[in-house]
Amino acid sequence: MGTYILRRLLLSIPVLIGILFATFALARWIPSDPCVAMLGEHATEAVCNDWNFRHGLTDKQGNKLPVLVQFPRYMGDILRGDFGRSFRFSLPITEILMQRLPITVELSFTALFFSMLVGIPLGVISAVRHNSSVDVLTMVWANVGVSMPVFWLGLMLAYVFALALKDTPFALPPSGRLTPGVLTTPFWEIWGLSIPSSGALYSLLDFVSRLNILNAVLSADLELLRDAVTHLILPAAALGTIPMALIARMSRSAMLEVLGQDYVRTARAKGLRQSVVVLKHAFRNALLPLVTVIGLSLGGLLGGAVLTETVFNLGGVGRILFEAITARDYGIVQGFTVVIAVFFVVLNLIVDVSYAYLDPRIRLT
Amino acid sequence: MTAQDTKIATLDAEGLSLRSVSLWNITWRRLFRRRSALVGMGMLGLLVLIALTADLVAPYSPTLSMLDAKPPQALQRRSPPCIHLLGCPADQPQHILGTDGNIRDEFSRLLHGSRVSLVIGLSTVTFAIVIGTVLGALGGYFGGWPDNLIMRTMDVVLAFPSLLLAIAIVTVLGPGLINALLAIGIVSIPAYARVVRASVLSVREMDYVSATRALGGGTIQILFRRILPNALTPLIVQGTLGIATAILDAAALSFLGLGAQPPTPEWGKMLADERNQVFTAPHLVFYPGLAIMVTVLSFNLLGDGLRDALDPRLSNVS
Repeated sequence: MGTYILRRLLLSIPVLIGILFATFALARWIPSDPCVAMLGEHATEAVCNDWNFRHGLTDKQGNKLPVLVQFPRYMGDILRGDFGRSFRFSLPITEILMQRLPITVELSFTALFFSMLVGIPLGVISAVRHNSSVDVLTMVWANVGVSMPVFWLGLMLAYVFALALKDTPFALPPSGRLTPGVLTTPFWEIWGLSIPSSGALYSLLDFVSRLNILNAVLSADLELLRDAVTHLILPAAALGTIPMALIARMSRSAMLEVLGQDYVRTARAKGLRQSVVVLKHAFRNALLPLVTVIGLSLGGLLGGAVLTETVFNLGGVGRILFEAITARDYGIVQGFTVVIAVFFVVLNLIVDVSYAYLDPRIRLT
Repeated sequence: MTAQDTKIATLDAEGLSLRSVSLWNITWRRLFRRRSALVGMGMLGLLVLIALTADLVAPYSPTLSMLDAKPPQALQRRSPPCIHLLGCPADQPQHILGTDGNIRDEFSRLLHGSRVSLVIGLSTVTFAIVIGTVLGALGGYFGGWPDNLIMRTMDVVLAFPSLLLAIAIVTVLGPGLINALLAIGIVSIPAYARVVRASVLSVREMDYVSATRALGGGTIQILFRRILPNALTPLIVQGTLGIATAILDAAALSFLGLGAQPPTPEWGKMLADERNQVFTAPHLVFYPGLAIMVTVLSFNLLGDGLRDALDPRLSNVS
């Protein structure tokens, strides 16, 4: 197991270097001068020369630095954990990331949790009751689910729950993370802890306290919890629908394949209860393809997050990255894409490792 | 061949017919037995028909803004649907799905949008299949460093969420429908390259390939006549499903303002233009999205049906 993980880790190094170079190149290919994009009509040549120099794009005379100078410098900075500064916000990229990431993390994990909670049981039930009406309905729904544009679903959900059901108990807010005016207090302040405002511990606590739901639970604030949850339901439902359909489909086909195996028949023949046969003998063996789909869905969720965050006015990673690309904010584009791509590589690694854990045969190859 | 030989060739041990049936023949037959594939084909046929006849069927031009219509005809922006059969006063002009923010007939725009979407789907997937096939075949056939270089590059492309990468590429190239198509095409290359490479690897060392080589067949002949036909079935399935994804992604890019530009009647763009009016004119958001969904759904259903029909594991169920 150890050597397997090590080998997979070594294999991802060239991909990581490729990713660094791709984001680096991409950010520099974006046409138009970031200085002009930032300063508009104030961007005279003298101002821009100074600006470019201060942002490490050119030397003092205004000559562009060769890529061979810029790229190693950039790699060195990244390895030291320095992602540079955003031109637009004049803040370190890491700080912006720490502010925005919780929004996207909360949204995508809720969406994934929701899609697994609904998708897996639906898939298992429709496999067990193959060709029943439950099965047919699930499959129709799964096909429709993967075909829906996220942004359309989001808008329609907003229309139904914020307008059509306005004065009913089912009404849900169509945008934002909290009702305007509601403020959150970090849970550790409520606990009466005083943490020095720097260092790794502070960063971690700060990150956790920005996850509104977790923060509300930790500080036992029911009103805040209700507010955060109601704001999250619609975006999470919109974002989670496609993975839910994929998961339902995959768990159904995986279960169907496993249920036809001899050992399932043996389990039935020796008189085990249906629930034991399905959950212990069949489901565990159907997990493998499910892990892939769930791993891949998490990646797709990030793309969907751009659209969901746009529709529901959430300033998460996806939305900020989109705005940064259109505003030529190199720093954010580079920093965020690197983080996202590294997250992807790690995710694939976890999927592969969990394969090896779930199916010992894979370790040997 | 004598008559008896023929008889042996067409009958198996139980005296059942063994007439040679081509793969496409079997596929068609199986495809027609699957209800979902049939529904998909039906929906797709209808869409193609609409796309071909949009000029004849659409009551108005998709880009005509009815700003200067005289009073009984005068319209508000985003007027609700008006269908004479359903009790809309006869002196008002009929707009089946109402008008949009520029007083254009939503129904006509919707019909014309089917053209844009079908062209988007077909062109991006063709582009990606051609490039992906060449890359995958080269990598799989030659192995070694070309293979490593190509597949690691594909890994890097796959390491980004496809929509985000497409957004970045469009920003480099500049917003517009063509550039959006190019971006979506580029990000979908790896899927096809992988499919082709896997098929090439699986047959590269087969005896019939060695036989062709021994007979003096050149690399090109071996690749195109002997090896690539094996990749055809997975490519068709992947391509059909890929069209669905391409249409969704193109709509998403247009929704973000990076794809089709006005006045192109593109569904994602139509939806994006009216998204802030969702509470006052929901029909202008609902129908374009529904159209996207139906189109994507038809390709998904057809792709799933094709996958099942072409699956060799089910080959006995003809």
